[in-house]
Amino acid sequence: MSDDLRDLYQDLILDHGKHPRNFRALPNANHEALGHNPLCGDKLNLYVSVDDKGVIQDIGFQGSGCAISVASASMMTEMLKGKTTKEAAQLFDYLHASCTGKPADEAGLDEDATDRIKALSGVRDYPIRVKCATLAWHTLQAALKDEKKVTTE
Amino acid sequence: MIFDVERYRKDFPILAQRIHGHPLAYLDSAASAQKPRAVIDAMTHFMENDYSNIHRGVHELSQRATAMYEAVRPRIQRFINADYEDEIVFTRGATESINLVAQTWGRKFLKAGDEVLITALEHHANIVPWQILRDQIGIVLRVVPITPEGEVRVEDVNAALSSQTKLVSVAHVSNVLGTILPVKEIAALAHKAGALVLIDGAQSISHLPVDVRDMDADFFVFSGHKLYGPTSTGVLYGKRGILKTMPPYQGGGDMIASVTFAETTFKEPPHRFEAGTPPITEVIGLGAAIDYVSAIGMQNIATHENELLSYATDRLLPIKGLHIVGTAAKKSGIVSFIMDQAHPHDIGTILDRSGVAIRAGHHCAQPLMEHLGLVATARASFGLYTNRKDIDALVEAVNKVQEIFG
Repeated sequence: MSDDLRDLYQDLILDHGKHPRNFRALPNANHEALGHNPLCGDKLNLYVSVDDKGVIQDIGFQGSGCAISVASASMMTEMLKGKTTKEAAQLFDYLHASCTGKPADEAGLDEDATDRIKALSGVRDYPIRVKCATLAWHTLQAALKDEKKVTTE
Repeated sequence: MIFDVERYRKDFPILAQRIHGHPLAYLDSAASAQKPRAVIDAMTHFMENDYSNIHRGVHELSQRATAMYEAVRPRIQRFINADYEDEIVFTRGATESINLVAQTWGRKFLKAGDEVLITALEHHANIVPWQILRDQIGIVLRVVPITPEGEVRVEDVNAALSSQTKLVSVAHVSNVLGTILPVKEIAALAHKAGALVLIDGAQSISHLPVDVRDMDADFFVFSGHKLYGPTSTGVLYGKRGILKTMPPYQGGGDMIASVTFAETTFKEPPHRFEAGTPPITEVIGLGAAIDYVSAIGMQNIATHENELLSYATDRLLPIKGLHIVGTAAKKSGIVSFIMDQAHPHDIGTILDRSGVAIRAGHHCAQPLMEHLGLVATARASFGLYTNRKDIDALVEAVNKVQEIFG
C-alpha cells in the first residue's frame, strides 16, 4: 500500500471502522440527533446523556457509513465519556483544525484524545473526505443544541 | 470491423496523464464523458473566428454563427432518426428537457388524478419534476417495480397502466444498474392504453444507436455532456404534432413572434421553447461530438463497450466479497458493485490513489438505492475510449481495497 493511503487508513481507524465502540442506542439519553451526509448516504443516530453539571455521562451511536465516519464516531464516543460539553466543544475545534490542515492548538486538551484525533487527521489530504471525519462531531453539536437533524451539505 | 480503441484514445487529450503516479483509468463516463480533440477544436475555432450572438444581427458574424448553430439541429435529427428538424429543441440538458415537458405539456394537458408512470430505477431527474407537478396540480405518480436482477418487465408495466395513465416516463438505460429497458415494447403498451411516452436517454445516447421513430417515443431527452460534448447542452425531441400544442416554457427574447405590452405571440417550435441566448459555442461543440461518434458508428461503440462489460464482469465476479449490483440480461457499459468489507466511499478513495476514477454514492437515484437496500454503490462506467487496461487497473485497485480492509 502507498504511504499516503496508510496515512489515511491507519490501523486505529480500520479497527474502529470494523469494530465500532459504544455502538448502541441509549434509552435514557437526554440529547439525540440524526446526522446525515447526503453525498455518500452516511447516517448516524447519536445519543448523549449529560448530567446537570454538564458532564457527558454516557454516549452511544448507531448507523452506517464509511470506515472514516464510523471510526470517527466510535473514537468520539470513547474520548468524550466523562468530559464536559465545554471540553467536547474544544476538542471539536481541535479536530476541525487538524482535519483541514489549519494550526491546531492542543494546549490544555486531553492528550489521549488529541492522539486519536491526530490519527484521523490523514483526511486533510482528501478534502472530500473531511466531512466523513466531522459528521459525528457535527451531529454531537446538533444533539447538544437539541436540533434533531443535521446534514453536512 | 476491428475497433481500434488505442487510435480513438489519442483523440482524447485528457487521457494521456498520470493521476497519483498511475496512468489515468477514467471509468466515470456515465457521470460525464471526456471530450475529443474534435470538440475542443470546433469550439476554439468557433470562438476565434465565428462567434457572435445568433438569430438577431444583420452583420456577417451573426449570420455565420446563426447558420453554424442551426446546422447542428438537422445533425441531431439524423442522429436520432427524427422526422423533422423542428422536432429538436435545444435545452441545457436532459434534466431541463424533462422539466420542460412537465411544466408545459404536463400543466396544460394533465389534471388532478391523472397518472404519470415511472419505474423504480429512475434518476432523480425523472422523479422530482413529476413530484413538483404533482404538488402543483394533483397528478398521481405511480412506480413500476423492478426485478432483483434490476430489470423492468413489460408485464409489470402493463399491469400498472390504466385509463388514468397519461404519460409513461422511463429511462432507456439505468445509470446505476446499466439495465437496458425494453422501451419499444413499453411505448407500444403505453400507446395502446392511450398514454404518451417519454424516454430519458441520458444514459443511452452515447452507448446505443437511438432511433426515436422505431421506438415510437413521443418525447426523447438527452444531455450533450454525456455524448462527448460540452456541458449546458441538451435536447428535447418531441413529435411535431405534440410540440405544436405545448405552451412556452420560459418567456424572453428569441421565442417570440411579436411583443406589445398588451400581448405577445410566440414563435413556432422549436424556437418557442428556446428563450434567451443559448450556449452557442457549446452547441457547436455538440455538433462536432455528434459528427465524431457518427464517424466511428454507434453500433461499433455499443459492440466495443459490450465486450468490455463482459471482460469486466468476468474479472470482477470471482473476487471474494465483491458483489455486482444489477445483473440484467441486457446491460450497457456500467458495472455497479459493493464489497463486504469496504464502504463505496472508501473504495472510491483507494481506487483514486491508483489512478482509477469511479463514482461512489447513490448516483442521484436514492429511491432505487432504498429499493435495493443499499446506501451506495461503487460504479465503473465505460466510454468509447475505455480499454482492457482500464479494467485491469480497476481489478488491481480493488485487490488493494481487499488488502487494506481484509
